[in-house]
Amino acid sequence: MTTHDTPASIYGPVTDWATDFDHGDPEYNRRAHEIWAELRGRCPVAHSDRYGGTWLPVTHEHVRRIAYDTENFTSRSVVVSTVVPDDQAPVGGAPPITSDPPFHHEARRLVLPPFSPKKIAEWEPEVRRLCNELLDRVEVDVKGGRVVDAAVAYAQHIPVNVIARMLGFPLEDDDLFREFVHEILENINGEPENRIRAFERIDAYLMAQIDDHAANPRDDLTGYLMNVELGGEKLPKEMVAGFILLLLVAGIDTTWSAIGSSLWHLATHPDDLRRLVREPELMGTAIEEFLRVYAPVTMARLVAKDHDFDGCPMKADEWVLLPFPAANLDPAEFEHADQVLIDRVENRHAAFGLGIHRCLGSNLARLELRVAVEEFVKRFPEFELAHGEDGVVWSVGQIRGPRQLPVRVASV
Amino acid sequence: MRIHVDSEKCQGHNRCYAIAPDLFDVDDYGNAIVIGDGSVPAELEEKARLALANCPEFAITISE
Repeated sequence: MTTHDTPASIYGPVTDWATDFDHGDPEYNRRAHEIWAELRGRCPVAHSDRYGGTWLPVTHEHVRRIAYDTENFTSRSVVVSTVVPDDQAPVGGAPPITSDPPFHHEARRLVLPPFSPKKIAEWEPEVRRLCNELLDRVEVDVKGGRVVDAAVAYAQHIPVNVIARMLGFPLEDDDLFREFVHEILENINGEPENRIRAFERIDAYLMAQIDDHAANPRDDLTGYLMNVELGGEKLPKEMVAGFILLLLVAGIDTTWSAIGSSLWHLATHPDDLRRLVREPELMGTAIEEFLRVYAPVTMARLVAKDHDFDGCPMKADEWVLLPFPAANLDPAEFEHADQVLIDRVENRHAAFGLGIHRCLGSNLARLELRVAVEEFVKRFPEFELAHGEDGVVWSVGQIRGPRQLPVRVASV
Repeated sequence: MRIHVDSEKCQGHNRCYAIAPDLFDVDDYGNAIVIGDGSVPAELEEKARLALANCPEFAITISE
């Protein structure tokens, strides 16, 4: 699914990024670094009337404070859109990302074990094999002298295939999963009725998959969720579907974006690419630096009750965006914050969030990102943008990354 | 030198375990624990400082 067919915001073009911002405007992700820097100097917490009222903090301190404050900010919905879902706290529609304490802690503990560092490490050979299969196909185009789209032909397939394998879902449904993700994360400012219909379709698909697992039990993540117990009881089917929705949606566009942004950086910074090829031992710090600078995820909260936040009169049910990438670029927190230093050894970035909602899949995302970049530069040590920045299409919405990334690869 | 992980602050980012697996381990939930009593051999002191400097939640402290 590409994004250039995403309709322009129903609210019209943005007039001023400090008072009328819209992260659903295609301009936002394209110029994100510039916009955040401008806002940091002007008004650290911007406000817009769009989406029923939305706040945008851009400093590390503000993002951190809101992430830690589960009293004044609820997670019951984490995707800003024209519809405030009627999912209720503390569970929300896709636990535990949409859950608040105290339920959050219980829900999260259920799903942490399959995503722990040691469990995820077992997937490395599978991820590497998948990356190489994709690269074999890409190489055919390279040898034919054709431009290849690193986002479409490579990056986007990695997370969707890995999570489908983990869930035990039909691998041939990967286009459908990307469509679901597009509906949820990118079609945020379309007509509310279309959004509701999309959610109903997704729900029906997940219910059918759960039924299939009930009829044919197997040892995968779906089976794990169907059998795991909360307070001595198995989870209701709707909650299993909610967990799966989260795992499916949260891991796909995000990791695809991180891989794409990292490859975009290397395509546009030949010195870094050459250095990484020459000194592969830098891969660890390079990946963390790409995560800092190109952190793909901006989370959101709803204001839980009217209160004053550092002089801002926040009203219940207004949205608050949590742009972790903006926090990661705050010069108050990082030396040379605006420079990409692939050998940066001290890097306390917040790409995977802060506080109790730290990205559940962070170990999996890191694994996929590292292996995807390692294998790509090993196979293609020299590549550049094929049509300059004009050929690059950035995503729209809370997940930021290139959706089209045409590159020209030096012959291999 | 001795390291300490505040289990209330740790959210399982896994940076310390990746940087210094000789000093930190992770439990089944992915949260960090110090190995042994947290004493740091001289040759791992730099690793301990790096683990502290990379923890997004400021959960690691070092006492000399």
